[in-house]
Amino acid sequence: MNIWDYFRGDQSEILGWLRTTLWLAAVPVVVGLIISLPVGWVASRFRWTYPPLVSVAGLLYTVPSIVLFLVLPGILGTGILDPVNIAVALSIYSVALLVRVVADGFSAVDENLLQAAAAMGYTGAQRVVRVQLPLAVPVIGAGLRVAAVSNVSLVAVASTLGVSQLGSLFTAGYNATVNGSTPILLGLVMFVLVALVFDWVILFGVRLATPWRRAAAAR
Amino acid sequence: MSASTILAAGGDLPSLGKVPGWLTTASHWWGEHGLLVSLREHVAYTVVAVLVAAMIALPLGLVIGHTGRGVVVVVGLANGIRAVPAFGLLLLLVVTLTPKIHYGEAVSWLVHRGGVPYVVPVEIVLIVLAIPPILTNSYAGVQNVDPAVRDAARGMGMTGGEVLRRVELPIALPLIFSGVRSAVLQVIATATIAAFLPFLGGLGYLIFNGLQQINDPDAGYPAMIGAGIVVAVLAVTSDVLLLGVQRLVVSPGVSGRFRVKAAPSLASLPGKTMEVAPGEP
Repeated sequence: MNIWDYFRGDQSEILGWLRTTLWLAAVPVVVGLIISLPVGWVASRFRWTYPPLVSVAGLLYTVPSIVLFLVLPGILGTGILDPVNIAVALSIYSVALLVRVVADGFSAVDENLLQAAAAMGYTGAQRVVRVQLPLAVPVIGAGLRVAAVSNVSLVAVASTLGVSQLGSLFTAGYNATVNGSTPILLGLVMFVLVALVFDWVILFGVRLATPWRRAAAAR
Repeated sequence: MSASTILAAGGDLPSLGKVPGWLTTASHWWGEHGLLVSLREHVAYTVVAVLVAAMIALPLGLVIGHTGRGVVVVVGLANGIRAVPAFGLLLLLVVTLTPKIHYGEAVSWLVHRGGVPYVVPVEIVLIVLAIPPILTNSYAGVQNVDPAVRDAARGMGMTGGEVLRRVELPIALPLIFSGVRSAVLQVIATATIAAFLPFLGGLGYLIFNGLQQINDPDAGYPAMIGAGIVVAVLAVTSDVLLLGVQRLVVSPGVSGRFRVKAAPSLASLPGKTMEVAPGEP
């Protein structure tokens, strides 16, 4: 049996799993970005906060995902099968990864440009939002791509606990008596496609947000 | 077998407050599936996988970085593996490979009776996972060496091999170490998940054994969290230990802990940039 037939045979359930997987991977990246922008800015603006903030972030990143998936229900009071645990865990990882990226991106902006902006009358906050942030977009975008792709494959880990999403195709194949490799292959293909889609969306967003790069390339 | 049906019913998990008590009970540390034996198995799975991966990825990465050949293929492949969920790859191998392995005996203290057909695919996946971070980082480490430094070494009469061994490798070491550290973290995390399969040891055993009886106040949720904490501590400890080894092995001239007064130190070279991409927890 080929994977396309398998997909057609169980279409509505698999599409439901796809939706779950998409939001489980996407929401944490957005949440991670919203939290890590101010934290990363603090780490780049006040240099003494950089080592402790980045160390804590690195420490969070060493905690294996399955451990976090298991501990969160005890802390949040959610059921162990609740997808919210997965979303919260992946948000924590996204923050851990992005704080450093955002701080490095902000720090990499040329000091002369910031001074030029100040001379043109930008206030501190305007300078950060309208000069420093846009110039840091390519670096932050690269970090977002890593976060999104690793979130997608971490979602699959949740299927070991029984949380329904595309990873359920893997356990379905494992439990099947015959042709177990079909759903597993389908799952692998779909996970890679989802990761590619996230990658493209972020690349496209970075391109939209940095029109001057194309202008500079065209000259 | 279906843990999900049992779980779906209730949120009556034993509280996290029971975990310290569970961890400080001696009988949970000793015995066939105690924490100590599980820890030893976990470390063994990890060390084997990372060593084999390093033996493959390190020379390959160094040669690719040095010659600049095969970059697109190998680095593209390594990045592609990142997008493939390890758990799916593992189950694919188990479904296809395990039925073909008929050796069922135990292997000394490493593999339980009946475990060989499962340990083989697990180790293969762990090796496949550990290769990309080591490969891309050793490649990038060599690529990032300042061309002026490389030319100077050539000018001093070093052969290609000498440049690689005595100049590029030492300068690339910090990045190589960060690659090895990501690989170790990723392998420790994935070895935990592998215990989803039967006959496997490691700290994951306690987690998936607990999952079947999650509301049990002793062997259920508290055991899962207890074992999980040990996994996390193992991960952090390994990372710190490797960081310590890195400090010992990396030349002070490269790490920047030894400041040269006149010339800008090597620490300012691009070779000291952050790792290419961290692994997945």
